[in-house]
Amino acid sequence: MTPPLLRVVEREARVFSRLWRGSVFSSLLAPLLFLGAMGVGLGGLVDERNADVAGVTYLEFVAPGLLVASVMQATAGGSLWPVLGGFKWLRTYHGVVATPVPPSALYGGLITWLSIRAAISATAFLLVAAVLGAIPSWEGVAALPVAMLCAAAFAAPFAAFTATQDTDVTFPLVIRIVVMPLFLFSGTFFPTSQLPDGLRPLIVLSPLYHAAELARAATTGHLGWGSLGHAAVLAGCLAAGAWWGRRTFTRRLST
Amino acid sequence: MGLTKRFGGFTAVDGIDIRVEAGETFGFLGPNGAGKTSTMRMIACVSPPSTGTLRVLGLDAAAEGHRIRARLGVVPQDDTLDTELTVWDNMLIYGRYFDLPRPLIKERATELLAFVQLGDRRSSLVDPLSGGMKRRLTIARALINDPELLLLDEPTTGLDPQARHLVWDRLYSLKRRGVTQVLTTHYMDEAEQLCDRLVIMDDGRIVATGSPRELIDAHSTREVVELRFATPEEHDRASAQLHAASERVEELADRLLVYAADGDATAERLTGNGLRPAAVLVRRSTLEDVFLRLTGRSLEEE
Repeated sequence: MTPPLLRVVEREARVFSRLWRGSVFSSLLAPLLFLGAMGVGLGGLVDERNADVAGVTYLEFVAPGLLVASVMQATAGGSLWPVLGGFKWLRTYHGVVATPVPPSALYGGLITWLSIRAAISATAFLLVAAVLGAIPSWEGVAALPVAMLCAAAFAAPFAAFTATQDTDVTFPLVIRIVVMPLFLFSGTFFPTSQLPDGLRPLIVLSPLYHAAELARAATTGHLGWGSLGHAAVLAGCLAAGAWWGRRTFTRRLST
Repeated sequence: MGLTKRFGGFTAVDGIDIRVEAGETFGFLGPNGAGKTSTMRMIACVSPPSTGTLRVLGLDAAAEGHRIRARLGVVPQDDTLDTELTVWDNMLIYGRYFDLPRPLIKERATELLAFVQLGDRRSSLVDPLSGGMKRRLTIARALINDPELLLLDEPTTGLDPQARHLVWDRLYSLKRRGVTQVLTTHYMDEAEQLCDRLVIMDDGRIVATGSPRELIDAHSTREVVELRFATPEEHDRASAQLHAASERVEELADRLLVYAADGDATAERLTGNGLRPAAVLVRRSTLEDVFLRLTGRSLEEE
């Protein structure tokens, strides 16, 4: 028997196989352009000044940050509008839960799929970054599961939230107030040591900070016991989001 | 039994008792807001009853929802087709939701698309299909698991007459194959065409149960005389006169209905008594008349 969750993944994969070309720009080309502009262009300037960015070249520093930041961004996009569409505009989720697939498995399948999709674009990103010399360590392959965990950690609460919404008016706010600040200030483009003293301790509240640290430890070959702590925070976000999402999906689809 | 559905303080379904026999086509007839869709969602095991007991296909709906859903086909009121997939992939993916093996799905999908006359549209996306085609695709999709019970919520609402007849024809053919069907409708002609037995619902309650024939015999006369008048004043005057003459009359906005065993004789008698209607129509009683009689309201004016 195929678990119900995987049957949902199968549907998402089928749609992706038809429409993947449309998402290449946002999920792959855009991060690679960033990598060229910031990692190579801006990075050249940074390295000329002998600025210390965690003891690696700026390109090596920014590549893992960009990886998880763009994973977060793509995941947020994928768990807000399309999910509301499934409830409201296309109503496809109502068709799904009329079958033996329950709302919780639908939810789980969507999160799993967003994680797999992150793995697909992360693979391509990491290959190009490695060619550009941005991945100095073979441990960099571990950045792939990190990208998947990062996607799941964000998709779980975002999709759970979407199930509580009647319209998409709050979504641009979520992007501006949550996603953009995390994207820029989570130790993705510059070390958190550059943050003002008062803000620095707060960085541990950003799941993306933990994802960036974890991915950077992988690509620069510094995975260690500390990495487990970062992974645990992301797993915690996933668990809390999943707890919430099972409830919101069930409430939305079977009342 | 005693099936009830409440949403906050609002009671959508108020303690109904029904029993559907295998192989029959059973209908819920009633205006919008009567509680038909809420009832259907409970039977489909996507909406738990507030109180009451519900057994579907011999299983307890509260405890074994997914087992029941595996044996149901559901045609919802609003299409829930997957517009990101082709016609063929809609069938394939829906079959996978039931965890059917791919070769079996392909075999059935080919058969079912031919059955609903969409065999030549399998690589089309859903959006370019007409309303009638989407409905037929929804029906084909609902049959992918070879369901023992097919639930149809307003199967032809919003379709043009030709598309409706095509859907009726397909449902009739399923009935001949022995598929049990439960449907809701607010079209009395649909109920008469398709249902072996039906309940009339109003305001969350069942107001009558029986076959279309039984309901008409029990609650209406054989024939109906419809009288239309040129002006509202004449309409009101005629209404007063008919009530005074203790005829059985129902009053609609644009016409008066007089119930009689022999319509032609009654029409003659009434016009002989000085009524000057602009138009007179004698017809057989329908379920619409039963509904009007039982609730004082018309089905389709809602």
